[in-house]
Amino acid sequence: MMAALVSLVVLVPLLAAALTLVLGRRARPQRIVAALALVIVLGMSVALLIGVDAGGAIVVEAGNWPAPFGIVLVVDRLSALMLLVSSLVLLAVLIFSIGQGLADGDDETPVSIYYPTYLILTTGVMVAFVAGDLFNLYVGFEILLVASYVLITLGGTQARIRAGVTYVIVSLLSSILFLASIGMVYGALGTVNLAQVAERVQELPVDVQILLHVMLLVAFGIKAAVFPLSFWLPDSYPSAPAPVTAAFAGLLTKIGVYAIIRVETVIFPSPELNPALMVLALLTMVVGALGAVDQADLIRILSFTLVSHIGYMILGVALGTVAGTAAAIYYIVHHIVVQTTLFLAAGLVEREAGSTSITRIGGLLASAPIVAVLFFIPALSLGGIPPFSGFIGKLGLFQATAAQGDALAYVLIGAGAFVSLLTLYALVRVWNLAFWRPAGDVEGDETRLLRAVEEAPDGRDAPAETRTTPRLMTLSTAGMVVVGVALTVFAGPLYSVADRAAQNLDGSSVYIELVLPGTTSGEGAP
Amino acid sequence: MTVSLVLVVVMAALIACGVYLLLERSLTRVVLGFLLIGNGVNLLILIMGGPSGFAPIYDESLDPSAYNDPLPQALILTAIVITFAVSAFLLALIYRSWRLANADDVSDDADDVALREGALTMPIEEVSPDEGDTDFPVEVSR
Repeated sequence: MMAALVSLVVLVPLLAAALTLVLGRRARPQRIVAALALVIVLGMSVALLIGVDAGGAIVVEAGNWPAPFGIVLVVDRLSALMLLVSSLVLLAVLIFSIGQGLADGDDETPVSIYYPTYLILTTGVMVAFVAGDLFNLYVGFEILLVASYVLITLGGTQARIRAGVTYVIVSLLSSILFLASIGMVYGALGTVNLAQVAERVQELPVDVQILLHVMLLVAFGIKAAVFPLSFWLPDSYPSAPAPVTAAFAGLLTKIGVYAIIRVETVIFPSPELNPALMVLALLTMVVGALGAVDQADLIRILSFTLVSHIGYMILGVALGTVAGTAAAIYYIVHHIVVQTTLFLAAGLVEREAGSTSITRIGGLLASAPIVAVLFFIPALSLGGIPPFSGFIGKLGLFQATAAQGDALAYVLIGAGAFVSLLTLYALVRVWNLAFWRPAGDVEGDETRLLRAVEEAPDGRDAPAETRTTPRLMTLSTAGMVVVGVALTVFAGPLYSVADRAAQNLDGSSVYIELVLPGTTSGEGAP
Repeated sequence: MTVSLVLVVVMAALIACGVYLLLERSLTRVVLGFLLIGNGVNLLILIMGGPSGFAPIYDESLDPSAYNDPLPQALILTAIVITFAVSAFLLALIYRSWRLANADDVSDDADDVALREGALTMPIEEVSPDEGDTDFPVEVSR
């Protein structure tokens, strides 16, 4: 029963993608199928997490080929947790985009490829999380990346094509590096099965180990936007449609982080590169946050905070302890939810004010108080204000870091606290300019002119061209805010799940025993 | 593990040329570079499969070690399909970029340029979010 769920969680969005493609230009059935598929996926993810947390991890051998030979799908606690959060976020973003599509007159000119591509993206995300071997992980990455290429250039306007070119080329480079590392792992170990790789990698000479380790880290580091490899992100995300940016920001980088966690815990649990990773985490945090404080565009500010907060997750992973991994896992969950919510709120701001440039908009607190609240709560959470989930995540991270106790650890704690202040500064700046500042204070105030036109003295209501925010968009954003608050309220159980997930990842022995029970004999490399 | 030196040299040449082309600004060259690197990496996987041997179809008279390792070839097939699809998409992207801007290069980010020049308020194209048109705009006058 549970084994079937592991396959279905991939198959349902894939089949739904085919179905929505067939439905072509009939927008309404497309929307229903897409939403239904994601609701089913969400339900299955909940069942998987409950089942896995209670009954232990699930290994599915595709086509009943035994483990090292066939393809294995593995859902342990980490995978199940990631599946649940990502399907939740994907559903919320889908509802948001349905709302937006309805409002933009989607029925007349439907972008018939949006829903199929979105469902393919979902499939890719699911494949990446259940993959039990490196090549399957690569295939999952490619599925979601190809879908993301289409989504980021959706509509094909000049700005999107320009941003898309950067994004596509950088992603291709990371994929090629990943493929080359898979080739080298196969050459060195004669397998791509994660468990078998973990089992055999210890026998390699240390220099070969480090080479493979660094290649995998670079490939995933580009995807996760870790500091020296992060410059593509703020350049490419902002021009995409708001819901697309939200889904990308929430999920795609975290899949890179997920892959890094797998590499660091299952394949290379040895601590050789941990200090280097900690320094990278430090640089990612600081550089990202410094980028955020000087931007004028809300979405770019959020993109830079996204980069900077990847640093926190890398820090947790780099510690190489159970506490560190647990904190990183909780932080990933928190960050997926909160960052997506912020991007959705930015989408609402764009719709209310007609722009996301905070130098040009103002007075949103008065004109759109709901949007203001929906922005304010996740912003506080991201900035790490107690009692929100960002605070709990950072506290866990700092505690785990302090347990390490050397000078670098304390530097990182200081930097982490400083960066969360910088994040708060950047977001408060948004708050002050876009929300708090009276609309009249905006230089070259166009909104006031617009409003004067709208409130035309002929007594009628605003003309039809004014774009009102559809209730569905607000509702899905509000839903995400509620989920974000729930992360705080239910932090105890969630953190203990993360803790148990991290205990499974303490060294590679649990994973090996799971996939290859009772075997230690190698089949002999070719 | 013995490998064919020719294959290694070809792989190195493909990857070297590919990296050189990828560093160019012209998008067409970037695509060519991507194709070269992709093929180079496919060769790498092939090389990692070990020495050449018989087709891995079961034959009683053959020693198991005489077979070629089929797994890397399966991986390469998958990688070729993916590379094919992505390069098709890239070509479409370049064509679109050419139609829109008459430009075949990787351009700098407008916001980055604005920041570098010290202007905080940068020009933003007033494009309504999510206009769903996939039609080509009015043909750029040549």
